[in-house]
Formats: sequence, structure tokens, C-alpha cells
Amino acid sequence: MAESNNGNGKPKTELLDELEKGPWPSFVKEIKAACEGSDGPKDLLGQLELSYQEKKGHWKHGGLVGVLGYGGGVIGRYSDVPEQFPKVAHFHTIRVNQPAGWFYTTEALRTVCDIWEKRGSGLTNMHGSTGDLVLLGTTTDQLEPTFQELAHAGFDLGGSGSDMRTPSCCLGMARCEWACYDTMKLCYDLTMDYQDELHRPAFPYKFKIKCAGCPNDCVASIARSDLSIIGTWKDEIQQDDAEVAKYAAAGMNIQRDVCGLCPTKCMEWDGKKLTISNAECTRCMHCINVMPKALRPGKERGACILIGSKAPIVQGALLSSVLVPFIPAEELKETVKELITRLWEFWDEYGKARERIGELIQRIGMPAFLDGIGLEPAPEMVSAPRDNPFIFFQPDQGGEK
Amino acid sequence: MTTTPQPPRITDIGPPAYDKFLPPIVKKNYGLWKYHENVAPGVLCHVAESGDKLYTVRAASPRILAVQTIRKFCALADKYCGGYLRFTSRNNVEFLLTDPAKIAPLKAELTQLGFPVGGTNNSISNIVHTQGWVHCHSAATDASGLVKSVMDALCDRFTQENLPAKLRIAVACCLNMCGAVHCSDIAILGVHRMPPKIQHALLSKSCEVPTLIASCPTGAIRPATVDGKNSVEVIPEQCMYCGNCYTVCPAMTMNDPEHDGLSIWVGGKVSNARSTPKFTKLAVPFLPNNPPRWPEVVEAVTKIVDVYASHARKYERVGEWIERVGWPKFFELTGFEFTRYHIDDFKHAGLSYARSAQIRY
Repeated sequence: MAESNNGNGKPKTELLDELEKGPWPSFVKEIKAACEGSDGPKDLLGQLELSYQEKKGHWKHGGLVGVLGYGGGVIGRYSDVPEQFPKVAHFHTIRVNQPAGWFYTTEALRTVCDIWEKRGSGLTNMHGSTGDLVLLGTTTDQLEPTFQELAHAGFDLGGSGSDMRTPSCCLGMARCEWACYDTMKLCYDLTMDYQDELHRPAFPYKFKIKCAGCPNDCVASIARSDLSIIGTWKDEIQQDDAEVAKYAAAGMNIQRDVCGLCPTKCMEWDGKKLTISNAECTRCMHCINVMPKALRPGKERGACILIGSKAPIVQGALLSSVLVPFIPAEELKETVKELITRLWEFWDEYGKARERIGELIQRIGMPAFLDGIGLEPAPEMVSAPRDNPFIFFQPDQGGEK
Repeated sequence: MTTTPQPPRITDIGPPAYDKFLPPIVKKNYGLWKYHENVAPGVLCHVAESGDKLYTVRAASPRILAVQTIRKFCALADKYCGGYLRFTSRNNVEFLLTDPAKIAPLKAELTQLGFPVGGTNNSISNIVHTQGWVHCHSAATDASGLVKSVMDALCDRFTQENLPAKLRIAVACCLNMCGAVHCSDIAILGVHRMPPKIQHALLSKSCEVPTLIASCPTGAIRPATVDGKNSVEVIPEQCMYCGNCYTVCPAMTMNDPEHDGLSIWVGGKVSNARSTPKFTKLAVPFLPNNPPRWPEVVEAVTKIVDVYASHARKYERVGEWIERVGWPKFFELTGFEFTRYHIDDFKHAGLSYARSAQIRY
């Protein structure tokens, strides 16, 4: 049993106290710091200590809570030992839609802190896995006032449940020379255009959108979003021979570390001149990553659209696969929105409950999915054509169906 | 009762505009960055076409942050960065400076406050992780404690850039994988190992039996009548403990202190650089849940990092190194036992069987 009193109002936390030691920042110190402004964190510490003793979680299965008119943005959380820890009897999470690229002014961040200290536990995640600013723990009666105070400060809630989850993006053009399109603007525009889909769950399951500025994919869009928008370019890598020479003069082994690691072996280094056969380049980014002063993405920029990645639940993990090989940057927003309309219509009609769009494609096959959304097959969509002869021919091509 | 008039209710305003919180130097050079240089571990310098230089100082955070700590970050941002700061996709905090003379004092203050500076280039950046026992109902373990324990051991790998390539670690507390550990260099995954224990009385009150049966990816759940009430039974041989049934029905309890624990996975990546993105593969099927310090997990992860650091070639991510030297070598070098659990027997299992006589001896 965790003792809920240590004589000074703080719970006895012998196991957790161990995690205050060591060089890495301590989450236990954070929870203890939050005890200064709110009662919830004390009982959170007590309940967590109990979990550490028993090797068992003490949160009950969620519950339907939220703010007026929204179906998402709040995750209900209830303690299964409320008599022992009454201040976390309900301790709900609020997801706040983060600013693009996670940029803040101290003024805005302090405003959020002040609201949260008054209305909740004062504990946050900066940030959650999907990208939201997560406010960790408050009571049901505080949800609506917290929401409205945030709204008056210019912040809105993020997604949860079977809705469009909060889109997220890398910082793109704000600080990165490799951004092949304006990730922050596209992410913001899509978020604004789909406010209803974000706040009012009406899909078979969750739908995540992530905007990555280049194939380095710093927001893990290819692993973690149903719709992955990954910046790339069509023309030649921009090359500065003088800077290449400087890297060589500085001791870089260009043959081994650049050409030798190129996946398509499309580069040659003769000791003086680097020659790139751009037609064979797959835009992997390795050479550009290694020599950022000498090589840069081309000028004809845009994005590749991939679909369907997800974690294992329900049918297994998926990486996104290519849906549209290239869309020019200036057409990106319009084309992506047109595509999203088709994707959501088809998924809405054919997706089963709790079936992500990637799993729907696995179930019915990519060809039927392409038919459904009206997209032509392209060789970029596969790593290779099928290697089995079990082909479902269509009725007008000799099939019996 | 107070009679203070309520302000009008606001909804659907969306997030702050994407350019609202950008520092002036970022606004000025938006989309016009030319290249970047590495100044020191945790410090980057981005150079714009205009010649402007932007210095970034990156520090670790524990992801769970009290407002008191956020205010400390704000005070530093006011002092050094004109009132602007940002966070990264891996829960680091970043300070953007225009004056290189301020880098050293800022680093000193961050270190003094207990927030190590690093996480750039060929280092281990902060661990992406889930809520765990701190705030989740389906967690088989605690993420924050695991992260703290592992990073205490690997903190020097955060503050120095001495690995062959960048190394990304993730922790997820159950197979829902909110931490997306399926594509990291090293992944720590909480696992259950027993089928759900069915609370029949609760089930008949709070769950729809057809929905529950449909939720099982292996068809292991079938209807049953228990004490005259509609319920279900689980075919134990068909259950792989994913917990999806628990997500749709709280009566299918998964938490089991005796059998829950951790598994370790390696070799995933999301970047397209060199090799294509990869899933993580199983390295250690089970380690005990041993709070508060999880010594078995810390030892296994440290072992992988050390072996990788001393054997991989420059620029090779963990998965690329293992593919070059072969999985037998990985198990030999790490000393991890290769068991029947390492050989896939789920859907599409045969895809990972070695179908050639190309073997390293």
C-alpha cells in the first residue's frame, strides 16, 4: 500500500524518488514541482508509486467526456483507486492543437501555463506523440472553462477518437534549407479547412496527416500518418563544385562516404569532380545530408503523397505506400484536398468500424482502392509488379465476374 | 452567484496561425535558408541566402513538464532569444539565437537547471514515448520511468556526437504503440503475455458482444453463456495478447503484474536516406518489468548501443549495419539468445524466412 501521507502533505514515494537521481531530466521532479500549484499531482504521485509497487496501471478504461459541441479533444481518465487518491478520481487529458512546427512566443506559452495552473494539474506533455500540446489531468467540471479560456487566448483543441487527428509538420521553411514545400502553411491550411472533421468524429477510425519537407521525414510521416506528404524534387540536385572540392580538401572521403553509400550508385567522384546521374537518383537525401554546403535539392520542388501507415493495432503495422509520385508545390494544397475528399468518401462507404484506411487497402487490394478513388495505377506505386499469377481479371477483360 | 457576464463562446478557431510565433529572423528568411553547419553537440548554425545566421541550442526535456519548468524555459527565451522558443518532434526544447556570444551562457544555464544540451547529428536524441502508468489505462509498463532509466545510462550519447549515425530510441507501453516504436533504431515495447481475464459481470453490462467478437484480429473470441448471461470466451492458443478487445470492452482486462514485461526491437528507421524506411525487428522477446530502474532493459539497450558504436561504419544506422553484417552476427555480438519467438509465425510469416544459400560463416 502506498501511504498517502508523508507528514508534510506529500505522499511517500520511495520508488519514484529513485528516479529523481541521475543526469537525465526527471519526470518525478516535474510532478513534484506541479504539487506546488495544484492538488492533483500529489495524488498522481501516490497512485504512480502504487503502480511501481504493484507493477500494474491504475487508470480505468476511458469514458465519454468532452466540451460542448465537440466529440474530440478530451480523453477521459478515471482512477480505479479513487478512495485512496480522490484528487485523481477524474483526471482527464486535454489535447491542444499545437502551433505549426511547435514554435511559441513566451507570452503565448505563459498564457497557456496560467490557464492550466488555474484549471488543471499544471502538468503537460510538450508534446504528445501526434503533435498536440497535451494538458495532463483535470476534472470534468473544468473542461469547458479550460477550453473557453484557451479559445479566448487563441488556442483550440486537437483531435481524438475516430476523427481527423491533429495534423502535424516539420518546421520546414522556417529553419531548414531542404524544405521542398511550405510544410507549416500546408499543415495549417488543412487544419483550418477541416475543423469540423477534427472536432466531430464521424470516420470509421482515426485519420492522421503529417507534412514532411523532405525525404529525411523528421516528423515520421511515412510511419505514423494515414496520409504522408513528403517533400521532394524532380529536377537535378543543385551542385556547387567549389564547395564539393572544399569538403574533399577538408578530408571527406567522397568516394566511400558519399558515392559508396548512394543507394542507386548514380554518383561518380574522380578525385576532382562529382558527377551525378540525376535520372537514376531516388532523392534519398544521403549525399545532401553529408554535404549540405555543396549539394541541395533541385528547384522543381513539390511532394510525394503516400498512404496508409499505422502502428500494429488492429491487423499489423504498415508503412505508407506511394499514391501520387509527385505534385508540384504550387498545386499541392488544391490537389491534396481533392484527393482527401475522394479518400474520405471511399473510406466512409467501405471502411469497417475501427479500420484504418491502410487496413482497408490491405483488405480490398490497392487496385480496387485505386478504382474506388479514381486514380490510375503507376509503376512508382510498387517496389515490383506482382510475382504470383492469381490475377482477378475484370469482367470486360475476360473475367467472369 | 456571481453576475459577471460570460464572454461569448468560441469554437473551431483552429491553432494559432502558422507564422504567428516565428522569431523575426525566421520570418525574414522564411524559405530562404541556404545551408547549415554543426557548431557543437546540441548547437546548429543555419545560414540564409541573406547571410543571416541562426543558432539553435537544443536541450533535453522529460516530456512531462510542469508549468513551473515551462516558465523557466520562457525566462531563458526572454533573456537570450527575444521571447521565442520551440519544441522538437522528439520532446526537446530549442532556443533560437542570433548572437553566437549568447550560446555559451545559455548552455551553462540549461546545464545548471539540469537540462542537458545535445541530441543533434550522430547522437541519441530524446526518446519518443507514451504515457505509461502515469496516465494510460492499457499500459503494460511505465514509459517515463523506462526513459529516465535508459537515458541516465546513455546521457553521454546525447551530449556527444560520437556514434556512426543518428540513433533513435522509442518506448511504447503496449502494442497500441502510441510511441510508434515500429520504425526506430531501438525500440522498447511493453507486452502482455496472457489472454484477457474476462470480467463476466461487467461484460454483460458494458459491452456489445458482436462488436467485441469482431474486434479480435485472430478470431479468438467467441460467444458464450456464463451464469445465464451473454458473455464470451477466448481461445487461448489463438490469442497474441494485442489488447484490442480491451480497447472496445473494459471487461477484457489485460493488466497482469506477473506476466507483463518488455521486449526489445532493433533496426527500424523512417528516413529515406540511403536505405528505404524499415520496421524494427525483434531482438529480445521478453524482459521483466522491474521498476523503478528496469536494470535488465537498461543493460540490453546499452549493450546494443555499445556494440553498434564499435562495429558499424560511418553513416550506417543500426538496421543498415545489421543488414550488412547479418543477423547471426548481431546475436553473436550482443549475446542475445536467438529463440523460436524470433521466427515469425503470424500473417505473411514466410516473407522473413531466408530463402537462399547465401550465408555468412
